[in-house]
Amino acid sequence: MKRKALVLAGVGAAALAVPSVMTFAAEDFGKYQVGDTRSGYTFAKVETRAIQDDDFENPGMLWVEHGEEVWETVDGKAGKSCKSCHADASDTMKNVGSTYPVFAKDIGKLENVENRINRCRTDNMKAKPWKYDSRDMLGVVSYVKRQSFGQPMNVKIDGGAASWFKKGEEFYNQRRGQLDMACKHCHVDNAGNMIRANTLSQGQGNGFPTYRLKWQKPGSLHRRFRGCNKQVRAKPYKTGTDEYLALELYVMWRGQGLPVETPAVRN
Amino acid sequence: MNTRRIALGGIALAGLVAFAASATLSGAAEYKVEDEAIKASLTGKAGDAGNGKKVFLNRKKGNCLACHVVASLKDQPFHGQVGPPLDGTASRWKEGELRLRIVNSKIVNKDTIMPAFHRAEGLHRVLKKFKGKTVLSAQEVEDVLAYVMTMKE
Repeated sequence: MKRKALVLAGVGAAALAVPSVMTFAAEDFGKYQVGDTRSGYTFAKVETRAIQDDDFENPGMLWVEHGEEVWETVDGKAGKSCKSCHADASDTMKNVGSTYPVFAKDIGKLENVENRINRCRTDNMKAKPWKYDSRDMLGVVSYVKRQSFGQPMNVKIDGGAASWFKKGEEFYNQRRGQLDMACKHCHVDNAGNMIRANTLSQGQGNGFPTYRLKWQKPGSLHRRFRGCNKQVRAKPYKTGTDEYLALELYVMWRGQGLPVETPAVRN
Repeated sequence: MNTRRIALGGIALAGLVAFAASATLSGAAEYKVEDEAIKASLTGKAGDAGNGKKVFLNRKKGNCLACHVVASLKDQPFHGQVGPPLDGTASRWKEGELRLRIVNSKIVNKDTIMPAFHRAEGLHRVLKKFKGKTVLSAQEVEDVLAYVMTMKE
């Protein structure tokens, strides 16, 4: 608490000295910026970034740890755990976070980590599928994506993924809701601008599941999509649906080259 | 609240009378656009600037400060940077031009982020509780306009 107060005082002093917009332009964000592509980290407050940067303070790490436990726990009629087939996640899962969602040939559709886990649970473990933003699902997704921590985002948008990518792009640019806004109006046209008390980001997905201070827990990218849709007074889709899968692919592609930050911390 | 109930009653009544003609369910007043402006009051009445200020500030209504800076309202926190500052706007625009921009900015600026505050149709996937409704009633548009017209250089 004392430390946070000190950081806050520091921010206050900086704000007095230089207008924040100018600070942005001058700041070097290192790996969190690739060309014009900027992680949400670069739009976050200094004290929020500090929480993310410290593995002991980052509350999202509790879900990563829970995920590791679940990874090793047998569940379902087949008597298997994730580990039974996938062994050491640091080896077998190391490129998952940076490459998903992927087009899965065997089911003929795009699949993200959440849906892939549930397919594994029902088909291979003979276990019940998890709810999308349940503690176990968030835990294992966080644990799996954490194995790609720091790797540059590199999703494929050709082959079977091409038509999904196109749908995602259309979604991104389609106005919706009573407020009649598309994703791009905030996250392309106005990234960096303040809307009320918040700085609009580029809406990148490389840190999900992201621990939101507002939620007091991590949430999926699809949960975030639902929140955004509702804010423009539009009917959201359900988590895990084709519409949001397509949008997830497009959003991840926008962040190509940004490092996987799971679990990111945002306000 | 009262006006909304009356509007809803109107919608329900119209629904009974002309079930098939969904166009008549529109919650928006009719208006004419000329010279990139809506010159006539939507209600035929003058706006009330005092109420307009309330609607302007209300986060569930105009919520104008979410996107615009207004220096004279510096007692209010968190002015946004998405739209242009509104100080002196009444010296730069005619009343009818501002009315049009509040009603539906997209008529003159296709790609704008600014919501149409008085439009009920042609929208995609509107949440049920807002369906067929405008963000602001016709009189609220006139009231906000009256308040904005006080923002002279």
